[in-house]
Amino acid sequence: MAKELLKGNHAFAEAAIRAGVEAFYGYPITPSSEFLEYMSSRLPSLGRAFVQAESEVSAINMVYGAACAGKRAMTASSSPGISLMMEGISYIAGTEVPAVVVNVMRGGPGLGNIAPSQGDYYQMIKGGGHGDYFPIVLAPARVQEAIDSIELAFDLAEKYRSIVHVIVDGNMGQMMEPAELPPMKEISKEVPDWAVTGAKGREPNTLTSIYLAPEDEEVTNLRLLKRWKEIEKNEVLYQEYQLDDAEILVIGFGTAGRVASSAIREAREEGIKAGLLRPITLAPFPQERLIELTKQVRRILVVEMNSGMMLDDVMKIVKGQVPVEFYGRMGGMTPLPDEILDEIKRVAANKGPGSDDPRDEWIPRLEGRILGEK
Amino acid sequence: MVSTTAEVVYQRPESFTDVHTHYCPGCTHGIAHRLIAEVIDEMGLREKTIGVAPVGCSVFAYKYFKMDFVEAPHGRAPAMATGIKRVLPENTVFTYQGDGDLASIGMAEIMHAAARGENITVIFINNAIYGMTGGQMAPTTLPGMKTTSSPFGRDVELTGHPIRMAEILAIMDGSGYIVRRSLHNAANIRKSKKAIRLAFEAQERGLGFSMVELLSSCPTNWKISVRDSMEFIADKMIPVFPLGDYKVSPSLEGLKV
Ligand SMILES: Cc1ncc(C[n+]2csc(CCOP(=O)(O)OP(=O)(O)O)c2C)c(N)n1
Repeated sequence: MAKELLKGNHAFAEAAIRAGVEAFYGYPITPSSEFLEYMSSRLPSLGRAFVQAESEVSAINMVYGAACAGKRAMTASSSPGISLMMEGISYIAGTEVPAVVVNVMRGGPGLGNIAPSQGDYYQMIKGGGHGDYFPIVLAPARVQEAIDSIELAFDLAEKYRSIVHVIVDGNMGQMMEPAELPPMKEISKEVPDWAVTGAKGREPNTLTSIYLAPEDEEVTNLRLLKRWKEIEKNEVLYQEYQLDDAEILVIGFGTAGRVASSAIREAREEGIKAGLLRPITLAPFPQERLIELTKQVRRILVVEMNSGMMLDDVMKIVKGQVPVEFYGRMGGMTPLPDEILDEIKRVAANKGPGSDDPRDEWIPRLEGRILGEK
Repeated sequence: MVSTTAEVVYQRPESFTDVHTHYCPGCTHGIAHRLIAEVIDEMGLREKTIGVAPVGCSVFAYKYFKMDFVEAPHGRAPAMATGIKRVLPENTVFTYQGDGDLASIGMAEIMHAAARGENITVIFINNAIYGMTGGQMAPTTLPGMKTTSSPFGRDVELTGHPIRMAEILAIMDGSGYIVRRSLHNAANIRKSKKAIRLAFEAQERGLGFSMVELLSSCPTNWKISVRDSMEFIADKMIPVFPLGDYKVSPSLEGLKV
């Protein structure tokens, strides 16, 4: 099939339809509403389920229900809506049923704004809902990658009976880009043996997240943890750019990673040996690759559209082997390639020791930049 | 020899599992369960029914019904049921919810399921109290009634008034069958069973949202005897929550069950 010019949210939604999503339940919120609107126009004519729910709380529980029925079910929302979904997400994780949640992240906390952000890193990667569970998190950086990651998200969700988050920022949801959609997949007739479909000719199935005896809950927690270890072993995805001879390693995901790659191209032109590691799975994180790279590079620059959340994970893995620096924009601000280029140049020239908290040096630099932009 | 023929007049419904329930003596959850199981048996729905259990004393309802079941987050059963019914429209889907679950934390979910006319059945156990968490005030607690969080009696000036769900849900255009019954004596239990039957009939006929509110007992948290509990329902609860048919789709009228 040929490439067409596609708008992010529409492209993801169509990709989900072609991947065989049988139920979409959602609630409007900018910048993800086009997802819902698109589904409302497509799903009913295909005989699939669509409900605009009364809230995100309700939407995620509808997803939970359809997932228990063994159907490919999903929702899409944006940061404040995702906060409301966290209860249901935890239940989905605790019941071990597959479901896909798309978060088109916006500036926060609170009502924040509708501009692109990566401020939900902690919420999405570290769990967000209550209890011991491990969401799989995909962070595509271009429309094509987002299209591909939707089908992957369903496959992973079903393979591991896990909740899978696909997180993008408002840039991705709204941008138009040439991309190719996969062909329409036939909906699988296979019913998972654990699904509730009516106990016809078999023992009843029950799906619950309650394990009243701590002994039973502990065994469940252990099962989830061991499954997570398998996921860490098998499912890591990342993109590398100009890393072969890199001395300066830039790490960024989603839009920040994409902007960083433009900056790296320019830095190379100026003779700076910079390269990019862009995690596509934020969870599981490309830990082993990062450990390898710490043996190769001289300095690391983490770039994010938040206050340095992935930074903490990078620091934990790098363990002080290489100085780590940070550059972030927050509140819905997207860094420009020039800003990151300035940072790469600065980092390349810096021979000083690393800091325990690279944010300390970044704060005054950001304040300076904000003043300069005024 | 005298020959006798034995006739079975009472036995465990097929839709029931052969276990003891965890309910307190004098609690009517068990009666409500049994009525549902009998109706599902009689209508031959067991193999296509999916139940949605709530958070509350009946969180383990799925242990007692021999059919597919899920267990919803507190108050979210109507949303889960919606999610299921929309992808399995041929199946029978019902929720079983207490008053805290349905009329407090799950108020949005129940109202909108009714407004959408979701073709599901809701069995609503109104015992005027939060049973599972130890007897706190519920949205259905009677004025003046003592609970662990209204220790001096429910003061309506401070805590508001009991919510009458059957009346509210009956005015939603999406509902097809909304009634209130009681479980405090044999005659009312029989009427409750008929209502449950009609609620499931409504679903099977695609008449939209159906709900049976059942006035129920909680001797443990009401802190009175079982006998007094039944009297409490008759004398105190029914005046606040009048029994009756609040909405009956014309298609159900005259149906003999
Ligand atoms: C989100 C959430 N809030 C609170 C609770 C605690 N909780 C469990 S059961 C319950 C009340 C149940 O009362 P009701 O619905 O009337 O049912 P009953 O136990 O009386 O049958 C509450 C508040 C919970 N499990 N989850």
